[in-house]
Amino acid sequence: MDSAVVSLLSAFVLSLIGLFAFMWSMRKGLFVENPKAAGSIFAAGEVGKADDPSLTGHDQARLQQAITETNDKGRDLQQAEDPEGLDDRYDADRSTAFPVFMFIGFAVMWLVFGSIAGLTASLKLHWPDFLVSEGWETFGRMRTYHLTAVLYGWITNAELGIIVWLLPRLMRTPLRGPLWVMMGGALINVGIASAIGGFGMGWTAGMEYLEIPWQIGIFVVAGFLCIIPPVLATVAFRKSHEIYVSAWYHVASVLWIAMLFTVAKIPGAHFGVEQATMNWWYGHNVLGLWFTPAALGAIYYFLPKVIGRRVSSYNLSILGFWTLAFFYAQVGGHHLIGGPVPEWMITLSIVQSMMMIVPVVAFSVNMAGTMWGRMRLARYSPTLRFMMFGGFMYMLSSVQGSFEALRSINQVTHFTHFTVAHAHLGAYGFVTMVLFGAIYFMLPRVLNWEWPFPRLISAHFWLAAIGILIYFGPLTYGGWLQGLAMLDASKPFIESVQLTIPYLEWRSVGGSLMLASHLIFAFHVLVMVLRFGPNRVGAALFHPQSSPLEPAHGK
Amino acid sequence: MENEPKLVTGAMVTFSIAVVALVLIPYFQIRDVPAPEGLKPYTSAELRGREVYIANGCVYCHTQQPRDPSFGPDAKRGWGRAAVAGDYVYDRPHLLGSMRTGPDLFNIGVRQPSADWQLGHLFQPRGYVKESTMPSFPFLFEVKDKADKDEVVVHLPPDVQPQGKVVVAKPEVLDLVKYLQALKRNYPVLPPEPK
Repeated sequence: MDSAVVSLLSAFVLSLIGLFAFMWSMRKGLFVENPKAAGSIFAAGEVGKADDPSLTGHDQARLQQAITETNDKGRDLQQAEDPEGLDDRYDADRSTAFPVFMFIGFAVMWLVFGSIAGLTASLKLHWPDFLVSEGWETFGRMRTYHLTAVLYGWITNAELGIIVWLLPRLMRTPLRGPLWVMMGGALINVGIASAIGGFGMGWTAGMEYLEIPWQIGIFVVAGFLCIIPPVLATVAFRKSHEIYVSAWYHVASVLWIAMLFTVAKIPGAHFGVEQATMNWWYGHNVLGLWFTPAALGAIYYFLPKVIGRRVSSYNLSILGFWTLAFFYAQVGGHHLIGGPVPEWMITLSIVQSMMMIVPVVAFSVNMAGTMWGRMRLARYSPTLRFMMFGGFMYMLSSVQGSFEALRSINQVTHFTHFTVAHAHLGAYGFVTMVLFGAIYFMLPRVLNWEWPFPRLISAHFWLAAIGILIYFGPLTYGGWLQGLAMLDASKPFIESVQLTIPYLEWRSVGGSLMLASHLIFAFHVLVMVLRFGPNRVGAALFHPQSSPLEPAHGK
Repeated sequence: MENEPKLVTGAMVTFSIAVVALVLIPYFQIRDVPAPEGLKPYTSAELRGREVYIANGCVYCHTQQPRDPSFGPDAKRGWGRAAVAGDYVYDRPHLLGSMRTGPDLFNIGVRQPSADWQLGHLFQPRGYVKESTMPSFPFLFEVKDKADKDEVVVHLPPDVQPQGKVVVAKPEVLDLVKYLQALKRNYPVLPPEPK
């Protein structure tokens, strides 16, 4: 059939479905706002109150003052509150402290390892004779350590930590089966460590994002199978009336990653070009259905919580969830534009990539509405600063990604460093920054100890933020030039290689700043765990009213 | 809209739609594509060489998917005709790649059939292409005073030849070169179906 007819027909069908969805949502009253659900993250007396455990007494007071100034009394303070919230939260936090500490510990370790490997790989791209004498040092393996350590070691562990910590809080019930969760975490990390050892010896499944051999993948899948039942049980035994939107994202993402990985790793099932379509279906979904929803769920909790103000539209956040679930799952084919795969599949993926603008706009409008007139609060709260930076980068990288999927743009960017820069904007600028913010919030509650050196948090933020911008800007521009040179038949190929060198050097500069920020972060976590550092008066763990329920260490 | 069965069912439904569209339908569509007549299965030495290619991550800088002339000058660069699904029948895992830090290799066996060139280039790419950023792979070779009689000595350009020594290829790099030499998709295939 003519492709124009197909696109017209599919546009027709799509708009019909959209119309019915709209009519259904009107009938269900989805356009009536739901402040009760949006306010369900606050316990009694918390609305309008600053909550950022990464701050010490004086800074907390400054944040509180800034928030009080921005509150408009009429609307903000009429929010739902639950008198029993704090007791439940106390039990929830106690039940998760151990597993969360384990996940965060592993995550930070992998972050340092993975970023050292990443910087080494980056240097090798412009110093090709640097570290070549042994097989395990070669670029192709170094890059794989980096990818596996940061995506599965750092992001996956940190997100599991956040999910395990938040879910019982949101469900107002202790975590069910914490030992199973820890067992799962141990299995996953055994898998990651064995996989990285295997890569060093040259044992890899050979597909991007899916390098972990299936034999080792069994550990990863078994790990998720240990974690899913406790997650579902915690939801099933919940005391809260609502399932807050963060939990929607989190529960779904845990199910998705387990199934994604299982389908992708079925031994012997995939072959030839079909394997390539599966590879990129997985490759994009591990970002779209695991890293992204888990990080978005975190923003939907921490951002309103820090400023003591519910998200501006709860329904918009749910709309964002379902459109993300539907559209994101089908975008993977755009990685094979121009490749030897069925044309209809690529077209489908391009259409869905453009549709991804819907959930991104839903998220951005919602966050802008929540933060409107309050942007300056980021000056006082490190958690908020990381969250806002991450949220903004989510919008930027998603919109960029949608346009990158268009054939005309993709033709230039497809096989270049432009794509690498884009991937880092998403995985670092967005996801990793959100994870940092969340860890700064969580860890004082988990360890009952405050961050010893608040200035290090600032140093971490600025090094990481400037680092990723230096990484992203030049590499994007260099990648674009590289793509144009490759398309110009009158230029020899080697010109496209040579012209990227200065941009690759800038990438190493940005990467060094990022690594420096991670070393600061890891040092800070270590000092906190060992309870070194200036001994302050207890931990900054409480609201003025709620100190008996969230006890401070040493008080 | 507020209970867990809806959440779990909804998440499964959207996920399943994607699996059907991006995994299952392509699976059935591509499963019965026959191998083109001119395409031979890899020999065992070539398969071992392919493992070396995979182990060292060549795929991160080299694609194996020349594109149609409407997409770019791949053919003009000597990378071959646009690839079709049948070309990959024997490829497990696929090595399509996503990055062209270096050139496409789907037809490197046609473009550069010389084993001497391949071996020397792997030992030190900058002995052949001064501006190359490809890593050198000295760990696939041995530098010794004198080669045994059944060993393959690599003939190198004078400026990369170690003084007074010989460079000998290890078996894995010999296999790798056999694989590279076998990358020849210059047999005829049916043109894609008209749209």
